[in-house]
Amino acid sequence: MSPDSAAGQETSSPKLRVRGLAFGYPGLPLQHDVSFDVKSGAIFAIMGASGSGKSTLLKALTGLLLPTAGSIVFGGEDCCSMDPARREAVGRRFGVLFQGGALWSSMTAAENVALPLQMFTSLDAASIDALVQVKLSLVGLDTGRTSMPSDLSGGMRQRVGLARALSLDPEILFLDEPSAGLDPISSRRFDDLLLELRDGFGVTVIMVSHELPSLLGICDDGVFLDTESKTAIAHGAPRVLRETCTNPTVHAFMNRERPPGDLKAP
Amino acid sequence: MTEPSSGRGWIARVDQGATVLSLTHDWTTGDAGLEPGIAATLLARPGIQALRFDTRELGRWDSSLLVFLAALRAEARLRHVDFDEKGLPPAAQQLLALLPEHPPAPPSSPPRIGMVEGLGRWVIGNSTELMAFTTLVGDTILRTAAAVRGRARMRLADLFARMQEAGIEALPMVALVNVLVGGIVAFVGAVQLRRFGAGIYIANLIGVAEVREMAPLMTAIVMSGRTGSAYAAELATMQGSEEIDALRAFGIPIVDYLVLPRVSALTAMMPVLNLYAGALGILGGFTVAVVMMKISPAAFVAQIRGALTAGEIFFGLAKAATFGAWIGTAACRIGLHAGRSATDVGQSATAAAVSGIVGVIALDAVFDVCADALGI
Repeated sequence: MSPDSAAGQETSSPKLRVRGLAFGYPGLPLQHDVSFDVKSGAIFAIMGASGSGKSTLLKALTGLLLPTAGSIVFGGEDCCSMDPARREAVGRRFGVLFQGGALWSSMTAAENVALPLQMFTSLDAASIDALVQVKLSLVGLDTGRTSMPSDLSGGMRQRVGLARALSLDPEILFLDEPSAGLDPISSRRFDDLLLELRDGFGVTVIMVSHELPSLLGICDDGVFLDTESKTAIAHGAPRVLRETCTNPTVHAFMNRERPPGDLKAP
Repeated sequence: MTEPSSGRGWIARVDQGATVLSLTHDWTTGDAGLEPGIAATLLARPGIQALRFDTRELGRWDSSLLVFLAALRAEARLRHVDFDEKGLPPAAQQLLALLPEHPPAPPSSPPRIGMVEGLGRWVIGNSTELMAFTTLVGDTILRTAAAVRGRARMRLADLFARMQEAGIEALPMVALVNVLVGGIVAFVGAVQLRRFGAGIYIANLIGVAEVREMAPLMTAIVMSGRTGSAYAAELATMQGSEEIDALRAFGIPIVDYLVLPRVSALTAMMPVLNLYAGALGILGGFTVAVVMMKISPAAFVAQIRGALTAGEIFFGLAKAATFGAWIGTAACRIGLHAGRSATDVGQSATAAAVSGIVGVIALDAVFDVCADALGI
């Protein structure tokens, strides 16, 4: 939803409020007591080392995994205590881009974007087609619209995945490693695209990423998950954390250094 | 100034040669679609030189507004009308800038293929497939010979794991099918033979039918649906996740590592399963004959011992081994040449089951014709 149009409806309350969240898998707790706020219209980064539970946190936020404790408040409601039907309805206000696009392989690129519109709106076929063409144009997919996902490059699959995530005009866009596997130029283009879409639609973006240039270039807030203490150890914009955070793990991560005392082979 | 016209979320008026479009209310992706032909209607009036916007009354909007604006812009360009976007919200201008001036042309439909060209393509496609399959069979035979001499790189752990999958783990399904088939053959045969007072010959019928025909055939059909399709799906999944490319990149022979363990395991286990299936099929027939047809157990056993020869049993075993080799090789060929999507995995599993069953029935017919000619 556009920020222009949303003017006057903005409040000081965050778009998403996470409090005391604990999550993991049976026999494998990953994180506990994770709390953070995501401001409306922000690009929020979930950072941390491999295995720290970043993607699992994203699953918990999008409703794919039930947290073991804590709350996720969206629109004044706790998503963790909703009944499944309500949770599903709230989920339609989210858009999710999975790692590698996760496109439905039996459908063309355009059909991938059209399916949520066909399922959850009563628009006629011509209107859906027009919306699909606009979404694909917005993400810069000028060719390959009728191609099967297996025939698209990694960058094109990501773009189609982004167009699919935008299909229902979500309020929050969740991105899991959106730049993974992209060359630096494509990665930069993808970052610029995210900024344009955020500025244009006013969508809030929550992204998991390892890519320092992306984190430093486009994210204006974030949380850092620690593998050792299994909780969030830093909050703030990545570029601020890079300059000011004194935690050795965060400092090493943000500056691409080895933590002090790390003798492990790379 | 002319009388204003209006539609869902817009009011248009003409002012000094320009159409001024006032956008009102919410423009969100909901139940209402794009009004067909609206862009042309708005710009069709003669003398219109520009299109301007007034968005003071505009509420919430999303991509449905963009669709409308993109259609207007394309129509304006077509009619050489100035599209003045200054009145639009800055965010909408920014998003509109990301869209192409003219929507991409719809993909051209594929050229029609004539009957002769279609036939030619079919022949070439099948010839290529036949050659590829023959090459794989040849490679498998050569590598099997190398494995026997200890010169193939097949991992024994893989072979034993495949033998377990194609052997012990298949026993319950093979048992169920063959007991039932044995009983059915006995029932159908007994009803007919009784009419001629030859009820005791049900033992001969069951023995010969099970050992020569039904046990190898039914076991092969079960294994084709169970193991053949699993092989194809597994290899197709490996194809999709680039595991096979990784093997090739390391120079690991695909036939040694992937094909040989599967084909060898199935070829080795099928005769064993056939013996088991034959015994259980006879047991099923025996049960029906004794319980329902009131034939003496001793007479049934004596009769069947007279009917079955070592030649019959070896004939069944030879069939079973051949069927195993066919199912394994066909499944591997299909799996190795599958596409890289989830759909391709499903298609390859289906294709492996179908080709396995059809091939087995065709091979069975060849066996029987040859056996008749040779007097076996």
